[in-house]
Amino acid sequence: MNGARIRQQIAFGVLGAITLLIVVPIILVILYIVINGAGAITWEFLTQAPRGGMKAGGIFPAIVGTILLVVGTMLFSLPLGVLSAIYLVEYARDDLFTRMIKLSVVNLSGIPSIVYGLFGFTLFVLLLHFGTSILAGSLTLAIMSLPVIITASKEALESVPFTYREISLSLGATKWQTVRYCVLPYAIPGILTGTVLSLSRAAGETAPILFTVAAFYLPRLPHSAFDQVMALPYHLYVIATQVPNIPISISFATALVLIALVFLMNLVSIILRAHYRKKRLW
Amino acid sequence: MVNETVIKTVNLDCFFGTQHVLKNINLEVLPHEILGIIGPANSGKTTFLRALNRLNYLHRTYSQTGEIFLDGREIHQLTDNLLRKKIGIIFALPQVLPVSIFDNVAYGPKVHGITNRQAVSQLVEEALKRAYLWEEVKDRLPEPAVRLSGGQQQRLCIARTLAVEPEVILYDEHCSGLDPISTAKVEDAMQQLKAHYAQILVTNNTKQASRVSDRCAFFLMGELVEIGPTHDLFTNPRDKRTDDYITGRFG
Repeated sequence: MNGARIRQQIAFGVLGAITLLIVVPIILVILYIVINGAGAITWEFLTQAPRGGMKAGGIFPAIVGTILLVVGTMLFSLPLGVLSAIYLVEYARDDLFTRMIKLSVVNLSGIPSIVYGLFGFTLFVLLLHFGTSILAGSLTLAIMSLPVIITASKEALESVPFTYREISLSLGATKWQTVRYCVLPYAIPGILTGTVLSLSRAAGETAPILFTVAAFYLPRLPHSAFDQVMALPYHLYVIATQVPNIPISISFATALVLIALVFLMNLVSIILRAHYRKKRLW
Repeated sequence: MVNETVIKTVNLDCFFGTQHVLKNINLEVLPHEILGIIGPANSGKTTFLRALNRLNYLHRTYSQTGEIFLDGREIHQLTDNLLRKKIGIIFALPQVLPVSIFDNVAYGPKVHGITNRQAVSQLVEEALKRAYLWEEVKDRLPEPAVRLSGGQQQRLCIARTLAVEPEVILYDEHCSGLDPISTAKVEDAMQQLKAHYAQILVTNNTKQASRVSDRCAFFLMGELVEIGPTHDLFTNPRDKRTDDYITGRFG
């Protein structure tokens, strides 16, 4: 009995140490950014356009740009991703073709983001004549986000007990009513998690927006979906590597704002998740 | 012309893949009767039930030949939705949706397009009364259905089926997870329902079949061995295999 107990203690210890190994560096990175960047965050920094060769002023256009890109990405990728997942799980027959599609979707999430960037540049910017624009950038980010959204939604749908579908169908409900009332509501928490995860990634990506939307320096707000915008990750890259003599605190502050934005998105999803969990009456 | 039978199967054969699960079943269900179906595991009882409302087709490998008539019409003339509205089923384990007691019963009317709240409330109350559950739950309709006891949940499932106003109710060993008192309550509800519906009861419990059913059928290895008035089948079976089964020599 004691042997088993000791082994359990060792297992707990190892698992705890591994968890610390992952959590501690993340906390250190965040702390480091907060310590170095918090001082530079002022009202002016958040609400003004950059001035003086980006050495002064704020990052307002980049914040707006990133928010626009995330919203645009969500508009395209969320409906498309969820509907694809519904089709794959509820409607498609389980044959070789469907399995190949599922495998491809999983593999797509492993493609480097620069490949999506170049693909988006060729398709949306050049071929479809969208130009470097919010539209082209959002579509590119949406394509990059789709695999994760589809995979997460698919798993969320599959985890809904089969009996719910059986009950609904046995009462004479149609396939779509069954999906709409007895499957989708219980899959929404999982779908939300996957969506926010992939949108967070989209918010922080540089490569896909490099050729499709991001402006090096554009101290005004966009007028339409066919305008270029500044975006936080690209702006960060620019001020950290392309423009000399920029106070380091500005870079850290920019990073801090980006992290805060992503954190905010996660917060919203946590609240939404809790709301939908409550709907399921246990 | 008045139809003497509610359900009639003609030369029904059912397959899962290459497995021949039901062999040439010819059987009739009469109005207002409870038809018991007994037989050991794997004799095809459940497959028979689920053939009647085409739930078997949820399995990819399923196929069937022969004809099934509901009120004299071949069921393939009906859509799945209409057929399943007319032939309700109660599953082996109480399966409630993770919503309130009220919403469980209201789900059927809702998917069949009844949106008027008063009409839905009335249907729910009526269904719960017919399932002998109303008195126990009338003050707690907004509560989660999963908080009900097993027996209450099963009667809730019956109420949920009644709320879509079916013509036939199928029971698939629906008392197998219940204690004797809950079972008695569910059986009481079934007796009251005879006034309105034809019912088919599949059960592993031969005692229950002899208690509840008017006529009884014995299935073995996918074949219909014998069918007749319950009293006759249990006291004077024509087939030796039936005799062996009901006297407990196998199964």
